[in-house]
Amino acid sequence: MTPRDVAVVAFARSGHHEPADGLSEAEMLLPVLHDALDQAGLAPGEADFTCSGSSDYLAGRPFSFTLALDGVGAWPPIAESHVEMDGAWALYEAWVKILTGQAGTALVYAHGKPSSGDLRDVLTRQLDPYYLAPLWPDPACLAALQTRALLDAGLIDEAALLTDEAAPVPSADGHPSGTPHAPGARAATDGAAAVVLAAGATARRMCTRPAWIRGIDHRIESHALGLRDLTDSPSTRLAAERAGAFDAPVDTAELHTADAAQEAVLRRALRLDGTVTVNPSGGTPATDPVMAAGLIRLGEAAARIHRGASDRALAHATSGPCLQQNLVAVLEGEPAGHPGAEPEGART
Amino acid sequence: MSSEPVAVVGIGQTHHAAARRDVSLAGLVREAAARALEDAALDWSDIEAVVIGKAPDFFEGVMMPELYLADALGAAGKPVLRVHTAGSVGGSTALVAANLVAARVHTTVLTLAFEKQSESNAMWALSLPVPFQQPLLAGAGGFFAPHIRAYIRRTGAPEGIGTLVAHKDRRNALKNPYAHLHEHGLTLEKVRSSPMLWDPVRYSETCPSSDGACAMVLTGRAGAARAPHPPAWLHGGAMRSEPTLFAGKDFVSPRAGRDCAADVYRQAGITDPRREIDVAEMYVPFSWYEPMWLENLGFAAEGEGWKLTESGATALDGDLPVNPSGGVLSTNPIGASGMLRFAEAALQVRGRAGEHQVPGARRALGHAYGGGAQFFSMWLVGAAPPTT
Repeated sequence: MTPRDVAVVAFARSGHHEPADGLSEAEMLLPVLHDALDQAGLAPGEADFTCSGSSDYLAGRPFSFTLALDGVGAWPPIAESHVEMDGAWALYEAWVKILTGQAGTALVYAHGKPSSGDLRDVLTRQLDPYYLAPLWPDPACLAALQTRALLDAGLIDEAALLTDEAAPVPSADGHPSGTPHAPGARAATDGAAAVVLAAGATARRMCTRPAWIRGIDHRIESHALGLRDLTDSPSTRLAAERAGAFDAPVDTAELHTADAAQEAVLRRALRLDGTVTVNPSGGTPATDPVMAAGLIRLGEAAARIHRGASDRALAHATSGPCLQQNLVAVLEGEPAGHPGAEPEGART
Repeated sequence: MSSEPVAVVGIGQTHHAAARRDVSLAGLVREAAARALEDAALDWSDIEAVVIGKAPDFFEGVMMPELYLADALGAAGKPVLRVHTAGSVGGSTALVAANLVAARVHTTVLTLAFEKQSESNAMWALSLPVPFQQPLLAGAGGFFAPHIRAYIRRTGAPEGIGTLVAHKDRRNALKNPYAHLHEHGLTLEKVRSSPMLWDPVRYSETCPSSDGACAMVLTGRAGAARAPHPPAWLHGGAMRSEPTLFAGKDFVSPRAGRDCAADVYRQAGITDPRREIDVAEMYVPFSWYEPMWLENLGFAAEGEGWKLTESGATALDGDLPVNPSGGVLSTNPIGASGMLRFAEAALQVRGRAGEHQVPGARRALGHAYGGGAQFFSMWLVGAAPPTT
């Protein structure tokens, strides 16, 4: 349906589990931005559009994202935007911008530095300010509600949950990095991620196997937990439908979850069976940097396509308490032997 | 493949006040959204997606408030995007929403921006602690006053220009029932003798702190054909950003602003903005920014903006009315201030601006800026659909 084919052509992220002590957001971002731009062969400031995602509340000061712009090379001035959301939604805004024809390439980045404060307290400020936030229910409390609802519904069992939560979680380099915690209580780390998007022939020039975005959609649910069925994720299901996720099987799914209970909810909503490889990046979404974690899921799925390890992948990002808002993207690589040299606009 | 033409078919704003104690955050946004839907003769179910913007979350102390506002915005089951580009956010939000229509991702989109300053203290939320900023740089005025002094020094503008702008905008606000400040009996002398806050910005030359929201319904050609009132058509829109501080930065006339205007004019086929644009709603939070932006936006040659203001050309009955609504100087719910500029520009070309209508306005510019005069968003709207 899309008038232009748009692909993820580059992805970079900062190292796992390194607190960014003493680093500013711009300093944390700079090497990641350069990595992504180098992969795409773009100079700083050369992308037609730049879009980022972050939250002032992590840095503890308003307009924190403006200082990150120092790492982007916004001189001469650039066409640029920012969402106070996970970077996955910045990617969505950039994708729309490319679809309008106003841009052919876009740099998308996100960063989070939760070590600046107490994330468990900070995230309570995200809740209804009149009725819920005054109770300071932290993410662990809300995760417990969701987990209890799933246990009561018989959709997960306690033994599996304990095993999953307590097991050391392998990181990308194969070393165990996880520690046992209560659901939703694993500490997020500092970090940044960046992605380059490009349309048509430009994407083919920048990347030997672009990860074509076949569809993206995102949906929100009511904020009131009492109005929602916490054992289900209708917003994920609807977003997946609209993104075309059910039109053909995927071989890979990168899911942005805080704990095993959320993964169970998503697996059901997305109809993922045993044939689908889930989170092969070895990342631990629960400990990925807040505000970049969703973009990292998209980037990891794309990178797997770049490497030829996946042909059709689903990537998911979430925001808000107990999976309130969800984004689903479907990415595809072309089969080997594809001519891959069609002029831009030939594919519709 | 050309993009879908974008039409503004519904506009709504709240009555703005220092404190809207009668409504919650949810009630505030819903008031603006309901008015926009009524103007478009549409229902909540006609809206496919919501794009919302506001300035820093610290202003109300709610992190990512769009999550909590999903219910008030009738957004459950729909996509919600939340934009934050500092003071320019109201404009940027409208442009992000317009792109959803232009790209044919959605056919009808609600865009909304708000700020409830009474539930916050923007003065201190804008005064960053050391080491991010030097101490005693209280509020936005402390940041911008030196740049105004640089403008005066550079152009040799006489000292009364700011007074003229403040008097004009506050008088215009008397014709706008939604404006926050309605200062009946305001005289030039009263503006001139008001207390000095940040030299040369006096109390009556600075924007108020307001509670308020603004909403617009954007749609494509088919939606515009069904609309009960004339639409405003988007002829050009752009955003530009540059870093906060760097060697060689021109705070008086930032290049990002000039580049942004040039992009919008190119899209809209405008070659002589002074003659071809009938009315402008510019983001003027401190009086002197009117002559500064007149130059930055190409309405006057460099150093000549203050002469345009002094000549009366920017008055409601002048040949280039600027801020007929009363502008940011009369109403300032920060996150919504940019969208109010965009919406007021659209009201003018729709002929629906009421008492502050500029007769026969066909093309209008909406302008917003933010951060350290580094983020710009603008749109040019017309009474006629775009020809290309």
